[in-house]
This record gives sequence, C-alpha cells and structure tokens, in this order.
Amino acid sequence: MRKFWTLLVREVKSYFYSPIAYIVLVFFLLVSGVDFYFQVSFMNQRPVQYTIQEAFFNSVFFWFAFVLIFPLITMRLFAEEFKLGTIEPLTTAPVRDWQVVLAKFFGAFAFYIVLWLPTLLYFAIFLKITHQPAATSPGAYFGSYLMVLLLGMFYLSVGCLASVLTKNQIIAAVISFCAITIFFFLGLLQFVLLDVSGATRDFLGYFSALEHMGTYSRGIIDTRPVVLYLSATILVLALTHQAFQSRKWRL
Amino acid sequence: MIKVEHLTKRYAGHTAIKDLNFEVGRGEIMGFLGPNGAGKTTTMRILASFLPPTSGRASIAGFDIFEQSLQARAHLGYMPENVPLYNDMRVTEYLDYRAALKGVPHRRVDERVGDVKELCGLRDVEKKMIGTLSKGYRQRVGLADALLHEPDLLILDEPTIGLDPNQIRQVRELIKNLGKQHTILLSTHILPEVEMTCSRVIIIHNGRIEACDTPDNLLGQIRQAGGVVVEAKTGNDNGAEELKKISGVREVMTNAEGDWKIFSLRVESGVDVRPEVFQLAATRRWTLRELSQRRATLEDVFVELTHPDEI
Repeated sequence: MRKFWTLLVREVKSYFYSPIAYIVLVFFLLVSGVDFYFQVSFMNQRPVQYTIQEAFFNSVFFWFAFVLIFPLITMRLFAEEFKLGTIEPLTTAPVRDWQVVLAKFFGAFAFYIVLWLPTLLYFAIFLKITHQPAATSPGAYFGSYLMVLLLGMFYLSVGCLASVLTKNQIIAAVISFCAITIFFFLGLLQFVLLDVSGATRDFLGYFSALEHMGTYSRGIIDTRPVVLYLSATILVLALTHQAFQSRKWRL
Repeated sequence: MIKVEHLTKRYAGHTAIKDLNFEVGRGEIMGFLGPNGAGKTTTMRILASFLPPTSGRASIAGFDIFEQSLQARAHLGYMPENVPLYNDMRVTEYLDYRAALKGVPHRRVDERVGDVKELCGLRDVEKKMIGTLSKGYRQRVGLADALLHEPDLLILDEPTIGLDPNQIRQVRELIKNLGKQHTILLSTHILPEVEMTCSRVIIIHNGRIEACDTPDNLLGQIRQAGGVVVEAKTGNDNGAEELKKISGVREVMTNAEGDWKIFSLRVESGVDVRPEVFQLAATRRWTLRELSQRRATLEDVFVELTHPDEI
C-alpha cells in the first residue's frame, strides 16, 4: 500500500511540475467561466424552463471543454515514461504492474477533481449575489458532480489505455481523443439514424452521455449509468494493465 | 548470487543472446565485456526483470527472476544504461521517492538517502533539478539510486560511459569499495576498467560467452600469442620481408620513425621468436635499438576473441 501511495503522490505532483497542467487548468477555467457567464446572461433575457445549474452542465461549451481535457490529462502518463526510458527504473523496482497502472489512473483522477473544484465557487458566488439557489435541490448538485466523476473515470481510463500503447504523446492524445469522441457520439446516433427501430434507439440511448448528464443534473440518480461507467472503467483499466504487461513481449 | 542457465533471448528477426550459462558468487566483481550489440544490456535487463527471456532460467539471491520477480528485484540494485531519470524532480526528492518505492522502512529513509548522497558525492547538487545536472552527476544519481536499499547485488550497465577521466577514476574507486560488501555485475567496453576493478571477466560476443575467467588467467592465455616489437635500422633491407621468413611470425606491420623502422610482429602462440630476430639482425648487420615482447593487455584478449579474423 505504501508503494502505491508513493507512486500516486509522485503522479499527482508530476502534473504540477509540467506546464501542461497549468494550461489545462486555465483553459478549463476559461471555458467553464464563459459558459456560466453566457448561461446567466441568456437567462436574463427571457424566462426558461431549467435552472442555471442544469444549463451549465448541459451546454455545448461544457461538452466541448469536457471531451478535450481528457487527452491532455492522460497523454503523458505512460508515453512519457516510455520515451524517457524511466519505465526501466520504475519497473525494475520491486513494484507490481497493477500498482503502477492504478497509481497513474488515480493520479490523473486526482488532477481531474482539482480541475473541477473551482466550479463549485461559481454556484457559491451565484447564491451570494442573487440570493437564489442555482439548482432546485442539493440532489441536483450531487447528481451533476457524480456524473462528472463517473464520466471522468471512464474517459480517463480510455486515456490511460491510449497512453500505454505508444511512446509518442501526440499519438496517445489523438487515439484517446478519437475513442472518447466516438463513445460520446454513440449516444447521439439516435438523433441521426431516423429510420432505425425504437428498440435500437433505446439501446443507443443507454450509452448517451448527454442523456445521462441530463437526467443526473435534474437530481435523478439512475443506477444504470453507474453500473455502465464503473464496469467500463474497470474493463478498460484491466486492458491497460494487460497492455502494460505486454511491453515485455513487444520490446 | 547470480545463476544463469541456458538463457536465450530472441527478438523478432535476430537472437540477442544464445544459451548463456554463468554464475556470479557472493562478493565477486564480475566484469561483463563485449563489443556494442553483443548482448550485454539484454542480459542485464533480463536479470533485472525488465525483459523476459525467450528460454532458460536465471535466479538472483536464490529467487527465480520470473516466478519470484518481486523478491529478486528487492535484492537487486540496478542502474540502467544511460540512466533514465525524472528530469522534473530534485535529487533528494527523487532519492526519497525511490527509497519508498524500494521498501526502505520509513524511519530509515532519511538516513539511507543521506548515506548514498555522501557516498556518491551528491551533497553539492542535492537541491538541484535532475534535468539540469551534468552527465557525470546523473550517473551518480543512478548509482545512488541503485544503492538505496542496500541490495546484495548491484547490476551496473556501463557505469562510466560518458564520464571524464577524473570522474571515471572516482567511479572506479567507488565500485572497488562497494565490492567489499556487494556482489557486482558491471558491463563496460573500457578495458582498463575491467583489469583494474574486476575479479572475474565474462567476454561476450554475438550473444555467446567467449571466455569467462580471471583477468590474469585470460592474460596468461593470450600472452603466448602476444607480439614482439623490433626497432631497427635495416639499411638497404626492407626488413619486414626478412622478418616474415622467421618461422612462427604470422604478420609484420611496419612503421617508420626517421631512419628507424618499428616492426610489430604477431607471433604464433607459444613461440618466442626473439632469439631468431636477434640472429637475423646480427647476420644482416641491422642496428638494433629495441627488441621486446609486448605485454598483452585485456584489449588483446578482447580483440582476439571478438575479431579472430583480423589477427
């Protein structure tokens, strides 16, 4: 456990050693801040059926930033170690491969959580200034952030897998970006394929991140997406572990 | 300490090492010698559990490197070739991290990190970023890392490559001192280093062990096949032609230095041609300035074993 902890601490620290972390942080703050601003000013112009919190978590801005950050967070995880050769001292130390994989995943996850923390402030400021809550219930906050974490876990694990496959960070970023985009748009297919049956449409709907976020941000905690994203994350991490071990046979 | 049996590693297309067998006993400093691409790094990487062998077995301190890899790694301090390090960490920070990773008990981390910094001369740079260190210091950080958990066995891949002569001397001294408590397997292609530090030498070429013996014994074998140096004024004679006729002389190389000619003779093993050379010089009325048997070095052993055609 101590070794895992040591690895994890280094992973988290290493984010803040590199300029990429700060670029991602600034980029994300900017986009989410602009998103929040536009939603508020839009609401000032006409009455709407949804709350500011719902609007924030379901806007185009949000999804645009959301899909883009994962490749940036995960591309260096393994690729950089392969490139620098530091994988050699790392894996010849008495640590297990799964410890390395999990430390990298949870390191990325920790950074991802840090990324989201400032958005809590938006709602606090909104409440302070307008004296109105930004959401209908605490459950809506909880649901939105739970979905942010669930989706984040899954997309980060996809990024881990992409990074373990190559020693080129750019290639890792492109692979994970493509994969994440495909997963994301899988849920949108139901709006495009008009001539498919209702059952197929429902089936595709199960994978729709948009729909999941829509439900959760209203405070409805459906267990199906929890099962989907947790099991998908575990599956992809298991694949990452396999791919990480396979380096021994590829080198 | 190390036991290697029938170790073979095949990459797609070529075989890096073929059926290696050797043992390194406790307290030995074993030199691993061979030209580039001979399979030194591959062998060391297999021993460090970085690469799996295609076939064969190896064990470290009694632990099989494949089945008990974690225990084997815990007994091993490994310094990879070119010493890859995290450039964005500071020296002390990196060593603290590595100590925890290698399972040095919490309360002993500071003591161990302090000790290895002292031993490897890292006190001056302990607060520096690794990325800003010179090659020599990076090498020392790698060595310090390998020593952190007081391993029984050190495997050092090219520990002196890229260092200046003073640094090489320091590292050599360090290795010699370490050899008093640790078993060491080190690879190099700098021959004097092996002659000075190692108690035994393995010469590896094209993935095969060509020789495995003490440096003295290896030199003993080659001494008979050593050369003779003749410096003479030969007047109108060519010199080389006459020398070549002496039985036992395989090859004559000629260098000129003013009026003097310097002949280097390669001689068949076990033959001393010096009396014949003297006789020849006397009958042909050459002025002889030097006639000596050249002391064979490990370099000769190395060349003889790894490039037999060119001799």
